[in-house]
Amino acid sequence: MAPDARGGLFDTIAGFVEPGSTVLDLGCGEGDLLEHLIRTKNVRGRGVDLSEEMILTCVSKGLSVYQGDLNEGLQDYSTAGFDYAILSRTLQVVQDPVALLREMIRVGKKVVVNFPNFGYLPVRLNLLFRGRMPVTRSLPYQWHDTPNIHLCTRKDFLVLCRDMGIRILKETALRGGGVRCGFCANALANEVCFLLEGSS
Amino acid sequence: MRPRDFTFGENGDPLVLDSGKVLSPVTVRYETYGTLNPRGTNAILLLHAFSGDAHAAGRHRPDQAQPGWWDAMVGPGKPFDTNKYFIICSNVLGGCQGTTGPSSTNPATGRPYGLSFPVITIGDMVKVQVRLLDHLGISRLLAVAGGSMGGMQALEWATAHPDRVASALVLACTARLTAQGIAFNAVGRNAITSDPLWKGGDYYGGPVPARGLAIARMIGHITYLSEESMHRKFGRRLQQKEQYGFDFTDQFQVESYLEHQGDKFVERFDANSYIYISKAMDYFDLGEKHGSLNAAFRRTSAKFLLVSFSSDWLYPPAQLKEMAFSLMREGKDVSYAELTCPYGHDSFLIETERQGRLISSFLETVYGS
Repeated sequence: MAPDARGGLFDTIAGFVEPGSTVLDLGCGEGDLLEHLIRTKNVRGRGVDLSEEMILTCVSKGLSVYQGDLNEGLQDYSTAGFDYAILSRTLQVVQDPVALLREMIRVGKKVVVNFPNFGYLPVRLNLLFRGRMPVTRSLPYQWHDTPNIHLCTRKDFLVLCRDMGIRILKETALRGGGVRCGFCANALANEVCFLLEGSS
Repeated sequence: MRPRDFTFGENGDPLVLDSGKVLSPVTVRYETYGTLNPRGTNAILLLHAFSGDAHAAGRHRPDQAQPGWWDAMVGPGKPFDTNKYFIICSNVLGGCQGTTGPSSTNPATGRPYGLSFPVITIGDMVKVQVRLLDHLGISRLLAVAGGSMGGMQALEWATAHPDRVASALVLACTARLTAQGIAFNAVGRNAITSDPLWKGGDYYGGPVPARGLAIARMIGHITYLSEESMHRKFGRRLQQKEQYGFDFTDQFQVESYLEHQGDKFVERFDANSYIYISKAMDYFDLGEKHGSLNAAFRRTSAKFLLVSFSSDWLYPPAQLKEMAFSLMREGKDVSYAELTCPYGHDSFLIETERQGRLISSFLETVYGS
């Protein structure tokens, strides 16, 4: 995705996070989000990623990272061990999103999740008029080689949160270029970002 | 890198061991590479594994067959970059490569210690290194680094002397050996003590228990490799034959390799050192020493890099993961990498390319901050 779009997302996440808090970034990639949060919010950040290359990149940036597989769960992390558990652009690639969300709610006092909205209008039109699985800027893969095995729409996610008893504290919807989308997010946002909390 | 010796405890101030016994004098053999900067902020202590020595890199003579044990990692432009860092490596207490050990002369008797040498621990090894650093005028290390038993010493440094260690690199290591690990060490010791030439450890001046020591090394060597790496290296091939002769002159390549490793080892290692050092590894239990692993790491202030290797079944990745999570729980700065690598426990000595990239970038961030 274009860097400007990411900038909008990073700012959104940074807006959810209290200064000086502790952050666990699951699927941290090259650590850009962590660096952004350290720089803008002075967080104590930790990343998790499966890829050796990503770990190496993060280490070279001086970040604390753990090479591990999110599909193996978070059972080794202590309850409420972090102020925030963040899952950025990763929900759709994990094998069991519900189990991971439940674990994130346990490990993080608050949870930040964002994902591409499959209900985005161009996606819908793509399927409606072309009869093909949508390939867009935020979903750039063909159906057979996509890592995105659990795509959902904004609405789907709202229903899931309700069913899991997860409270939505904040939501920011973004459309192309990382611009905030204030109107009809179900169809006009290509990406949505939530701040969540367990219902306890 | 010229080997040097430092001796302490000759006039009081002996080494007080974890067992409560005292030892003096103690000589420690060490080598250094690179230059200590004027502020003394670039010193790195390398900690060798079970059978290593102070000679970490380079060759003492041009005709020396093998360079130092971590030559691929230590030198100008290498991960432990001697253009930047001042590298120190010393032979461990109980060793036989220049530092005081069971083969050293007991000043009370004028004869080698043998089994009258006191039992030592990983903590005791570190106490000797502390004396050496005091002697060198280094109050704080940029890093302590080691694999296997070297990693145990790095852990001991970080927990026993948190104010003297800015970072710790712990590779292919564990906070305590498993029962399986202790079992292999025990079989090695049994091989030695069952050799009639061992004579209760009092064999100096006569023939050494070469067979027992060679067998101990063979067992050790099997545990350092993996099923896959042995298969790749030897398969089921015979040495110097194509077909089975169905007599006991048939030798599989892996047999001849182990024989060779055993024989080579006997030339450079002392059987009693094997016993003492392997026992020190068995005793090492970081959690037990401090009450729990979390309590041990609570004391630390170093930045940690932990690296495991997927095929290492002697020090399996799960044991390093456990340490990583313990450090995390204590809010410490730790990174953990698990390198996919077929060479078993020995990976930390063999897989130098990817490991090297991790280490050099980690050191740079520590040195830069």
